[in-house]
Amino acid sequence: MAGGLTYTATESTAFSTAEIYGKALCELGEKHPEVVALTADLGKSTKIGMFGEKFPDRYFNVGIAEQNMFGMAAGMARAGLVPFLSTFSVFASLRSADQLHTDICYQNVNAKIIATHAGTSFGQAGSTHHAICDMAVARSIPNLTVICPADGLETYNAVHAAYDNFGPYYIRINRGFDRVLYDSTDYGFEVGKAVTINEGSDITIIACGSCVFQAYQAAKFLETNDGLKVRVLNMHTIKPIDREAIVKAVMDTRRIITAEDHNVIGGLGSAVAEVIVEAGKGCAFKQLGIPDKFAPIGLHEDIMSSLGIDQNGIIAAVREVMGKDFELDDDWDDEV
Amino acid sequence: MALTKQEWLELEKQAHELRKLCLDTTYWAGSAHIGGGMSVMDMLTILYYKYMKYDVANPQWEDRDRFILSKGHAGVALASLVCHVGFDDKEKLKTFNLSNSTMGIHLDSNKVKGVDASTGSLGHGLSIALGTALAAKVLGKDYKTFCILGDGECDEGSNWEAGMAAAHFKADNLISFVDRNKCMIDGRTEDVMKLEPLADKWRSFGFIVKEVDGHNFNELADAIDFALENKGAPVMIIADTIKGCGVDYMEDDYKWHYGALNEEKYELAKASLEKYYAKRVARAEKEGI
Repeated sequence: MAGGLTYTATESTAFSTAEIYGKALCELGEKHPEVVALTADLGKSTKIGMFGEKFPDRYFNVGIAEQNMFGMAAGMARAGLVPFLSTFSVFASLRSADQLHTDICYQNVNAKIIATHAGTSFGQAGSTHHAICDMAVARSIPNLTVICPADGLETYNAVHAAYDNFGPYYIRINRGFDRVLYDSTDYGFEVGKAVTINEGSDITIIACGSCVFQAYQAAKFLETNDGLKVRVLNMHTIKPIDREAIVKAVMDTRRIITAEDHNVIGGLGSAVAEVIVEAGKGCAFKQLGIPDKFAPIGLHEDIMSSLGIDQNGIIAAVREVMGKDFELDDDWDDEV
Repeated sequence: MALTKQEWLELEKQAHELRKLCLDTTYWAGSAHIGGGMSVMDMLTILYYKYMKYDVANPQWEDRDRFILSKGHAGVALASLVCHVGFDDKEKLKTFNLSNSTMGIHLDSNKVKGVDASTGSLGHGLSIALGTALAAKVLGKDYKTFCILGDGECDEGSNWEAGMAAAHFKADNLISFVDRNKCMIDGRTEDVMKLEPLADKWRSFGFIVKEVDGHNFNELADAIDFALENKGAPVMIIADTIKGCGVDYMEDDYKWHYGALNEEKYELAKASLEKYYAKRVARAEKEGI
C-alpha cells in the first residue's frame, strides 16, 4: 500500500494528474538511488521532467526517439536500475511497440512505462495524439501489468505500486486535470483488485480511467432519479483483471456496462467480456467506449460526451440495459 | 598493443574450435544462420578470450562486462560460444532449434546462461547496449559494454536513434562493432539498400570509427585496445568480414544467410574449416611477434 502523500484531495486539485505522477516519482527518486527516468522530448508535458530537475544525473532525455528510449531502458533495467519512461500513450504503445514487446516484456525487465495523454485526453491534438488502442496492445503482451488510474491520487498509488512490484508496468494517465474521485490515497489500492466506488444490486458499471468519475456521478443520479442501485467498480488494473469482482458483479446484478476512453475492441470492455463468457453466466452486457472509429477533435469532456462515455451517456446506457432481457443460465443461484 | 604470437595462435585455436562447434550445431539442428555466425566468430572469440571480464560460475555477476549481440540471428554462434567458454552445457547445442529446446535461433537471455540480452528483432541491440553502458555510469561501475551489429541491420532507423544518443551521452564505455559481411537475406547490402559510406555515417553521428579486417586478430586487438583507452565518445569498429568465413562454398554468398546442411555438405565444410585454420595459423606465425 502506498502512503506518505501529505497533501489533501482539495490541494491535489491544484495539480494535474501528471504533476502528481511527477511528485510521486521524485519521492521514489529520493528514497531509491536506482530509480532513473527517461523521456523522448516530453519531459515538460509528461512531468517526468520534475525528476530531471531534482536528479539530473539520473534523467535521460533521448530526444524524439521512442524506440531508442525503450531499448535503453531495457538495458538499464538489466543492469540493476529501475527506469521510469514517459511519453504520450499513443507513442509508448505504437511507435516503440516492438521494443516494448521484446526488450521490455519478453526479457521481463523491471521497467515502468508511465504513458500520458491517454485515450482522447489530448483531444484537440486529434487522432495522431489520441491513444485509442494502447490498452489493447499492452494487454496482449505477456508479463506486462496494465493500469489505468481514475485520478491523480490513484496515479500516485499506481506509481508506487509499480516500484514495489518487480516487472514491466504500463500505466496510462490523462493529460491535464482529472475529476477528483478520491479524497486520499488511503482507500485500499491493490494491483489487480477492483475498488467498489458505489454499492448496488440492480446493475454494475465497470469503468477505468476518466470514466470512473463519470460512472460514479451517473450512479448517484440514477439512485436519486430512477431509484436504481448501481454498483460502480473502478477497474484500475486492466491486466491482471479482477475476475472475481467481475463474476460477482454478474451474479449479483446480472446487468453489466463497461466504460472506457479507448476503443471498445481490446480494452477494458473486451477484458470484462472475456471473463463473463468464460464464466458462462448469462447477463445483459453493453460496452461503452470508442466504437472502432477515430475520435473527433475537441476538448476531452466534449469528446467523452460525443462518445457517450460521460455521465449522461452512461445514464442513457444504464436505462437501456435495464430494459433488456437476458437468458438465465441453469445455475443462477451458484455462488461465486 | 599488438598480440604476442602465442596469444594470436591461442585465439586462432579457439576461433577454430568455435567454428567447428557452430558447424556441428548447424548440422545437428539441420539448418541455422551459419553464414553470419561464421562472419562474426572472430569478434566473439577475441572478446571472450582476451578482453571481457566474466565468471561462468556466476553469469549474473554485476561487475561483469556485457555483450549484446544485436544481430540476434547469429545466435548459433553465440550459443556455441557460451557453451564453449562454460556458461552453459555443450550438450544443449544438440537440441538447438528443436522443439522445447532452451536454445532457438534467437537466444532467450532468460533461458541461456551467459546471454545478456534477448535479441532477434533487428535494430534493438545498440539501444540496449547504450542503456547498459549508461547504467554503469549511474551505478559507478567500470564494466564495459560490447555490442555487435549486423551490417544489413544498419538499415533500421532505431540504430541511428541509438547512435545519436550514444554520442550525446558520451558513452565511451560502449564499444560497438558492425559485422560488415556485405550480405543480407535478399542479396548484397549495396544492392538491397545502399549503406556506404557506412564509416562516414557513424562518424557523422559522433562515433570514433575504426575500420579493420574482422578476421585478423591483430587488427581487432588494436581497435579494441584503442576503444578501451578512448574517452569522451563511443567507438564503432567496422569489421570487414566474409559471410560464411572458413567454409569455402559458403564464403561471400548471401544465399548462406540461413542454410541447411546434409551429410555431404557437412563433411565438405569440416574439411574446408581445417584448411582455413591452417592458413590462419600460417598468417599468425608469419605476422605475429
